[in-house]
Amino acid sequence: MKGEKCNTLAALATAMSSGEVETVDLTHTLDSDFPVIVLPPEFGQCAPFRAEVVSRYDERGPGWYWQNISMCEHTGTHFDAPIHWISGKDLPNASVDAIPATAFVRPVCVIDCSKECAENEDFLLTPEFIQAWEKQHGQIPAGDWVLLRSDWSRRSSAAYLNMREDGAHSPGPSADAVKFLVEERDILGFGTETVGTDAGQAAHFSPPYPAHHLFHGAGKYGLQCLRNLDQLPPTGAILVCPPLKIKNGSGSPLRVLALVERASK
Amino acid sequence: MTELLQRPPKKDPQKRTVLPTTPPSARSRKAIAFSTAAAEGRLALQTCAECDHVIYPARELCPKCWSMDLQWQDIPDGGELIAETTLRTSVNTYFRERMPWRIGTVRLDAGPMVLAHIHGDVGEYERVRMIARTDKSGQGVLMALPEKETANMADDKQLRTLTCDPKHRRVLVTDGRTQLGQCTVNALAKAGASKIFVGIAREWRPYDGSAELAAVSGVELMPLDITDTISVNELAAEIGGKTDILINTAEHVRPGSAMQRHGILTARDEMETNYFGLMRLIQAFGPGMRGRGADGDNSACAWVNLLSVYALSNWSVFGTTTASQAAAYSLSQCLRGEFAGSGVKVVNVLFGPLEDSWRQPLPPPKVTPKRLADAIVHALRQGIENVTLGPVAEDIVRRFRDDPFVLERELMQAPGGQAV
Amino acid sequence: MGQGNSKRAGYEGVVVAVPVSVPYERFSPESAHWWLAKALADLGKRSGLAVDDIDGLCVSSFTLFPDTAAGITQHFGLTPRWLDHVPTGGASGVVTLRRAARAVQSGDANIVACIAGDTNHVDSFRAMLTTFSRFSQDASYPYGSGGPNGSFSLITSHHMKTYGTQREDFGKICVAQRANALKYPDALMKSPLTLEQYMDARLIADPIVLFDCVMPCAGAEAYLVMREGDAKGQNLPFANILSTIERHNAFPDDPVQIRGGWAMDKDEFWSMAGVKPEQVDMLQTYDDYPVISVMQMEDLGFCEKGAASEFIQANTLTYDGTFPHNTSGGQLSVGQAGAAGGFLGLVEAIRQLTGEAGDNAVKDARIAAVSGFGIINFDRGLCTGAVLLESGQQ
Repeated sequence: MKGEKCNTLAALATAMSSGEVETVDLTHTLDSDFPVIVLPPEFGQCAPFRAEVVSRYDERGPGWYWQNISMCEHTGTHFDAPIHWISGKDLPNASVDAIPATAFVRPVCVIDCSKECAENEDFLLTPEFIQAWEKQHGQIPAGDWVLLRSDWSRRSSAAYLNMREDGAHSPGPSADAVKFLVEERDILGFGTETVGTDAGQAAHFSPPYPAHHLFHGAGKYGLQCLRNLDQLPPTGAILVCPPLKIKNGSGSPLRVLALVERASK
Repeated sequence: MTELLQRPPKKDPQKRTVLPTTPPSARSRKAIAFSTAAAEGRLALQTCAECDHVIYPARELCPKCWSMDLQWQDIPDGGELIAETTLRTSVNTYFRERMPWRIGTVRLDAGPMVLAHIHGDVGEYERVRMIARTDKSGQGVLMALPEKETANMADDKQLRTLTCDPKHRRVLVTDGRTQLGQCTVNALAKAGASKIFVGIAREWRPYDGSAELAAVSGVELMPLDITDTISVNELAAEIGGKTDILINTAEHVRPGSAMQRHGILTARDEMETNYFGLMRLIQAFGPGMRGRGADGDNSACAWVNLLSVYALSNWSVFGTTTASQAAAYSLSQCLRGEFAGSGVKVVNVLFGPLEDSWRQPLPPPKVTPKRLADAIVHALRQGIENVTLGPVAEDIVRRFRDDPFVLERELMQAPGGQAV
Repeated sequence: MGQGNSKRAGYEGVVVAVPVSVPYERFSPESAHWWLAKALADLGKRSGLAVDDIDGLCVSSFTLFPDTAAGITQHFGLTPRWLDHVPTGGASGVVTLRRAARAVQSGDANIVACIAGDTNHVDSFRAMLTTFSRFSQDASYPYGSGGPNGSFSLITSHHMKTYGTQREDFGKICVAQRANALKYPDALMKSPLTLEQYMDARLIADPIVLFDCVMPCAGAEAYLVMREGDAKGQNLPFANILSTIERHNAFPDDPVQIRGGWAMDKDEFWSMAGVKPEQVDMLQTYDDYPVISVMQMEDLGFCEKGAASEFIQANTLTYDGTFPHNTSGGQLSVGQAGAAGGFLGLVEAIRQLTGEAGDNAVKDARIAAVSGFGIINFDRGLCTGAVLLESGQQ
């Protein structure tokens, strides 16, 4: 038994060394100018990333450089815990510090909607679209992460948030798609390239913000502001996404990685 | 007539920047009261409460009746030049660098004889109009101007040492997303600013007026978020050496008192913009401007801070915002001290409630963004350091002068819409 | 008060003697203490008096800080029973004489040493201007920092405009003083000056030119005030005091200074002495700028007010001329050694009246008028004074 386990990891290590298994970085750089979600001004706001130099080989510390950083739990590439939303507030193990660590290293399915999103900035992922994808790649296994590839991460600045007077315009799942993924597929969590797991216009959906409301209400997790999803296969990759262990944390900025078999590309 | 000031040539990169020197700054405590009025653009002299004698230079005692009740009062600005000279040498480096320099004796209509700087368009023994302004040392001085406007009058070499005219100067407006910022840009363009750098925070968020703003002549939109040290430092690295005037239009205003607030985040946001934002700007742009206080016709000359008049005394309706404004006001005073000797003026505009969304429910009278913008440019052209704008601000300042502790209690009794 | 001024007592039996001038230097590394010490030491040497014989001390100096006359007593080993420190600048010669003479006359002191001196470091003049007085600091120095050049250019142009005084008149004063200075070995200005040079000179503050301005320097002057009997007993030549006046802040409402305090007291000045201006053999004026010398000629009554131009043009002003004026060259040609400048004319007059003048001696000099003017506080000089001296020699 002991020998078998060692062999698995040894095989992985060998595959990684040889390049057979590649590590893909799905994370944006934490940059003070990276867009954050915008709420109506009378609500509390998501703090952008900020860094203040503590010392930089100067009179404040002659031999070392370090910074104090500040941000919201939901700034940059980040993880959403169920407790983030009111629908998940009473669930067990719903804050980042309590989520079992197994959730942070799991297989991932990637649904490519990039072509549709390029044509329609308000594209909505539907159960039908998912089922069509499954016809090609097989049914989404329970306990997997599901990522929506929109290529939205290639947009920058104003085009990324795509704010207009009637709010943001960006793709996301329909309420039915969320219900389908929860009830029919029991996925582990859902991730997007956009600033939230919900579509830009999701405030007007029923229920509002269905991805937040329904996923978190069902104890599912979220990942936002991902990038490089075009480098992932539809299935077969392993997602590595451990958030910071913040006491009662609703989420956390994090480094998201994927292990990808070269042969599967 | 005065020779028209031409747009300054590009700076010769081989020449060392001329370092600022200043006229004498030492004054007695009494004379500082004169400087204080001059900073507001007022010509005030001591007047004896008992015999009405107008007194100059500032004294402790009326030389006519020995009354010690001397009040600072605005006096009529008329006078007559009765003797004049052109200095061609001086023991002071500042003046030595600017010779020849015209001074003269003026008999004020109010009575006293004064020594004053003389505008080049004033003729021999003519009647003059007197102004009191702070000079490059920050202290008040008198200057005699022609009684009637003359051609290019503002371009007079000696007058320009007292003013901060935006003409041919390069100005940074720190926040162009607001109506206030955009009105300020328009007023500066009209005043002949050669370049108007306009800070835009969070370019990824659209804002009203952006197209019109970009179309203003001389405008260059720059990424600037004063809540972000990196952003401020990056912009200063790019344009800090050619920022002649800085106008901080960024503000973060939210209604609410300390107990109405749930947590400190909103207050922190207020401090991030109103206090730390100013501090970041000072650290990034201050040293460069301080070093360029004598850098030719487009030297660095002014730093404008816009402050709610409630910075003087807290109004709980905007309790935490005004606390941050008080911090900013205090920091502005610090900046004034740090700029002493540089010839760069710190212009503080204390204004009453602004006509904007955050102050929308407040009753009139309010100050429109355009009026505030025009007041900024007027202050720069006139060389005025302390501006009080709008009926509410004037009322508060008047009460503050009377007794700041009484004002504090009056404001406690004014929880509603009307401040006092 | 309806009774008018009280009648001034005379100075019978009180004399001035032992004129001491310590040769001036443009710049000196020494402190004012050194210059005062040198003056006092010379007084002792020249008079033959011992330290203990001096029981009165009167000091004038701008640069003595942090000391005053009080600290000087210990420094110089004096134990005087009368002490004064006179701050009247260019009027300090006359004013110290007045103070000391009354002290001797009343028996408060036997022999008063009057000493004035200042040093001049490289930056002393600028430093002194910046802190000269509160009014100057508040209301005049910030306007171009021209120092006295600025103030006196306004006074000069105002005098010219009011009375038609010409630059040639000021020039004649300067040129004559330079001629006098060439005969006075301790003058700092050694080259001759012509009216043409004066007229063509570099402008300093219109209409003042280079030669209208004194050159700040280091130096000291001193003399003794004592009883006539003591002077005789010591075999010291002396001069008698015929009359004196002083006045401060006269005519404060004149828009620009056009006259000095002398004009208020000149009748008493002459009547007390029983002398008329025509009887005066020489005039030593305070000449920080020639316009002030002109004002003294007018206000002391040597000519009508406003008639100085004709008076100057009608006379020769050299030591050997029809109206000997500033016979050592005055400050304009000797140099302005701070408060010692207020002593320069008085000490020169004593030298002339005691027969101690050199090549610049005024022939048969019997009566000298000396006047002083000092402290440009804001826009004008505040302190004025004058004295008439008569030679004690037979």
